[in-house]
Amino acid sequence: MPLFDPLYNFACWLTHDRAEAEDLVQETFAKALKGFTSFQLGTNFRAWMFRIMHNTFLNSRTGLKAAMVPLENEENAPPALASNETPESLLLRRSDWQLVQDALEDLPLRYREVLLLCDVEELAYKEIASVLGIPIGTVMSRVSRARQALRDAIMRRKKGVANAV
Amino acid sequence: MPCEAWSAKLALFVDAELPPDQNSEMEQHLRGCSACAATALASIQGKHALQQAGRKFHPDPAFRARIYREVERRHKDRRIWSIVSAGALAALVIAGVLLISLTRRQTNEQLLGEIADLHVSTLASQNPVDVVSTDRHTVKPWFEGKLPFTFDLPELENTPFTLVGGKVIYLRQAPGAELIFGLRQHRISLFIFQQRAVGSLHGAEITLPGSSLNLHAWSNNGLEYLLIGDVGNDDLNRLQALLRSAG
Repeated sequence: MPLFDPLYNFACWLTHDRAEAEDLVQETFAKALKGFTSFQLGTNFRAWMFRIMHNTFLNSRTGLKAAMVPLENEENAPPALASNETPESLLLRRSDWQLVQDALEDLPLRYREVLLLCDVEELAYKEIASVLGIPIGTVMSRVSRARQALRDAIMRRKKGVANAV
Repeated sequence: MPCEAWSAKLALFVDAELPPDQNSEMEQHLRGCSACAATALASIQGKHALQQAGRKFHPDPAFRARIYREVERRHKDRRIWSIVSAGALAALVIAGVLLISLTRRQTNEQLLGEIADLHVSTLASQNPVDVVSTDRHTVKPWFEGKLPFTFDLPELENTPFTLVGGKVIYLRQAPGAELIFGLRQHRISLFIFQQRAVGSLHGAEITLPGSSLNLHAWSNNGLEYLLIGDVGNDDLNRLQALLRSAG
C-alpha cells in the first residue's frame, strides 16, 4: 500500500498519540479511496495524500488546538540562511537522536510539519506549499525559522543535560 | 558575488531548490570556498540527522493488516461497481446528457448543503470568527499565509453592512475563507474557495429548500464566492455588488 509507513510516521508526529494517529491514517486512506477520481493525473500523488492527511488533521480537535498556536510574522522572516551549527554538529553519538526527536516534539505544529515534509519526506517546496495550502515564499521562510527553532531547542536541551550532570 | 550572497542561497542549495544554472555556480563556488563548503556540509549532515531522527514511528503489524484489509475491501467494492458500470455503459451513453446534468445538480446540491451547514455552525458557535474586526485592513492581512489565494474586501462605511470578522475553514480538503458580515440583527457569511477545489455553482441565486437561507454565488479570477444568510435577495444583491466592486 503506497505511502503507508511515511503517512503513519507523519500522523504520529502530528497527533502525539498512537491511537489518534491510527484513526488519522485510516481516515486518510478512506478519503483518498473515496476521492480518487478527484486526483488529477500528472500531479504529485504523494503531495495529494499528505494534503488529505494534513487537512483531515486540521479539522480534528487536536489539530484545531495545535493550529491556534501563533507564529511570528512569517512575511518578515529573514532569508533562509544556512548555519554551520546544525543538529548534526550538535550530535556526538547516535543516542543523541533522542535529543533531536524531543526537540522536534517541542516545536509548534507549523514548524514541526514543515520540517518533517522538507527533511524527512524530502518534498519539494512547491509540493509542501500544496500540502499545507500556503504560498511557496511562506514555505521558504517557515523552513528557515523552523530550522532555527530546532537548533535553539537542541541547544537548550543539551545545556539542560550538561547542567544536570 | 560576495560570500554572504552565496551563504543566503545555501539552504536552497541543500534543499535542491536552486535553478540548475545557479546550482552549478554554487558547486563551483563551494569548490573554492572552504567556509561555505563547511557550512553546506554541516547543513546537509543536519538534514540527514533530522531525516534519521524523524523516522521514529512505525505501525504495528496488526494495524497494518487491518488497514490493508479495509483498503482491499473498498477496492473490491470499487471493482464490483466498475463491472456493473461497464455493463450499464450502453444505457449510460444513451442517458449521458441527462446523467451529466443530474450529477451536476447533485454535486451542486451537496455543495449547497455543505455551505449551509458551515454557515449555520458558525452562527451556533461561541467563537464564530478567529479574527474579530470591523476593519478590512485588519481582517484581510490576517488571512495572508493561511490561504493559497488572496481576495479584496470593500469599504463598508456609509452602507448598512458591517464586517464582523473571519476565519479559515476547510471544504472538500481545500482551505477557504469565511467572512461574516452584519446587517441589522442578521449575520451573512461569505465563503471564498478556489474553484478548482470545490467546483462552481455557476452564478446561482437560490433559496435553500426548507430554510429561510438565501444563497448567491459568483466566480472571479478562479475563485468561487458564496454569499449566504437569512436576509432577502435584495440585501444579498447589495452586498454582492459591494464585494464585486472590490474585485
